[in-house]
Amino acid sequence: MGDFASVRDASGAVVAEAHAAYGRVMHDGAGEDYEDDDAPGDSGAGDITEEYSDSHAYYDSDIYRQLAVAEDAGTAGGSRGAGAGGGADAGGGSSSNVGGMKSRKPKWYGTKKFGGLHYLRDIEIAGRLIVIEGPDASGRSTQIELLTTQLEAEGYAVLNTGLTRSEIIGQGILEAKRNISLGVRTLAMFYAADFADQLEHKIIPALQAGYVVLADRYIYTLMARNTVRGIRRSWSGNLYSFALVPDMTFYLDVDPYVLVHRVFAKRQSLDYYESGADMGISKNMYDSFIKYQQRLAREFGILEQKYDLNIINGNRPTDAINAGLKKQILRYLSKA
Amino acid sequence: MMSASSRPSAADGEHGAAGQAGAKKAEAARRRPRRGDVPGKLIVVEGIDGSGKSTQLLLLEKWLRYNMFEVFRTEWNSSDIVRSITSKGKKKEALTPTTFSLLHATDFADRFERHILPLLHAGYFVLADRYVYTAYARDVTRGCDPAWIRKVYDFAIKPDITFYFRVPLDTAMDRILSGRPKLKFYEAGADLNLSKDLYESFRIFQHRIVEQYEAMHKRESFVVMDATMPIHEQQMIMRSKVRKLLPKKLKKKTVLEVPGHV
Repeated sequence: MGDFASVRDASGAVVAEAHAAYGRVMHDGAGEDYEDDDAPGDSGAGDITEEYSDSHAYYDSDIYRQLAVAEDAGTAGGSRGAGAGGGADAGGGSSSNVGGMKSRKPKWYGTKKFGGLHYLRDIEIAGRLIVIEGPDASGRSTQIELLTTQLEAEGYAVLNTGLTRSEIIGQGILEAKRNISLGVRTLAMFYAADFADQLEHKIIPALQAGYVVLADRYIYTLMARNTVRGIRRSWSGNLYSFALVPDMTFYLDVDPYVLVHRVFAKRQSLDYYESGADMGISKNMYDSFIKYQQRLAREFGILEQKYDLNIINGNRPTDAINAGLKKQILRYLSKA
Repeated sequence: MMSASSRPSAADGEHGAAGQAGAKKAEAARRRPRRGDVPGKLIVVEGIDGSGKSTQLLLLEKWLRYNMFEVFRTEWNSSDIVRSITSKGKKKEALTPTTFSLLHATDFADRFERHILPLLHAGYFVLADRYVYTAYARDVTRGCDPAWIRKVYDFAIKPDITFYFRVPLDTAMDRILSGRPKLKFYEAGADLNLSKDLYESFRIFQHRIVEQYEAMHKRESFVVMDATMPIHEQQMIMRSKVRKLLPKKLKKKTVLEVPGHV
């Protein structure tokens, strides 16, 4: 795993700064204001081909290798990304575009009192972080696949990340979830560890190198899951105060009754956790799925206000959703 | 981070005042457990490696068992489920301060949810060899935000007594390093690049941890133990403190010393 080691070396250097005096990078408030101007689509019911396996395809991709090499080459800055992106599949125009995004200090969640990663407070990032949130079978992965191709065609180097994909911890969570006796807080903490690992080893290095990071889910899903299982919102909010504030976040809002049919169209069975079966809502898995997804959707309604999520009507066909997302994201990146 | 109640939520708007009150009530029901909620007693020992705290906790356990109390002893970083993952990360030396911290928090959460809290509810004496204070000391030494780490662990119940074993660094180092054991990477704080020499790194790391303990002992109301005193004398002090937690009629009957080799 030479690639992984080189990324770690980069972070090892960062760790060395851990003892510098405490200082904080604050979340300095409002991001850009995005309007949802999705054009209505004319295609038929989109082919829902969401990828469910927690595949490491992206993780091991050439792009990731490039990233590791780029990280290895030295410290990140505004122009570093140009070198990294130039060799990626992104095509001829990539260098100028990627290099064109303004380098800046990252924004962290948290308050004046605490938050952010102390020991990374001096870093600069050139890339942009875009998050697609949404329930199981909402079409997130399909959208990310489409957007990845489209952004690369426009010359942006793209890195995909998702939950439970971290090298050290992701597999552990999947194993641990088979162990039903695991407590709610334990699982919540496990997910946080997995997220932190990906944030520090994948997302931040990629952003430093000037990549557009497309995240398939982010802290919001994890916080919503915690809340519906009885954990205080403030605890989850504090826990994830070390996270980066994304540049754009979209939430694919899909009616639970539509969702359930999409799930059945794919695999004829409901996932244990995505149905909230661990919560004992109902013995009927169908009922349990609907109620669980409704509770999550309600929680996202609360998160929307707190975290500036863009709600996208996910009941529409894939193409229509994609057209709107693509337009908004490209417009944002062209100004970035 | 804004608190959950600082802003009216979208869902509350839809459900009106009743929904808002409901959400507040639900959030209140999620409050951390308090000491008075459980009949059991939680006793914690803290201190650096080589301070003798584990020896003392074992003697305390024997005494409580001898007096027919139900006792459960739990050690830091000992949950089966989490251990394999943590050790995988440690082997690769790929843990950052935050992932290191969160994996230990996961381990703690597992022991807390499955053992510590249910056993306290059942009236047990729970004896913890290291508790959240170890995370406060170690993770802050590694560069984590002190306020953040306290928030992460704020679901933990406050101990009835926390004994802090204060020991001169040289004494502790002599106890641990006399056999020149092979130090592990994270144990020595080697991830902090304190020194090229692993033993020197370990020493600096332990020194910084002591500073953290010393900075928190008043606020956290530790019972400070002089860990240079003879083992038996330390144990008598601990037992006299723990006796105050026992039900009245048992206080007199409970023997202070364990006769023979129980």
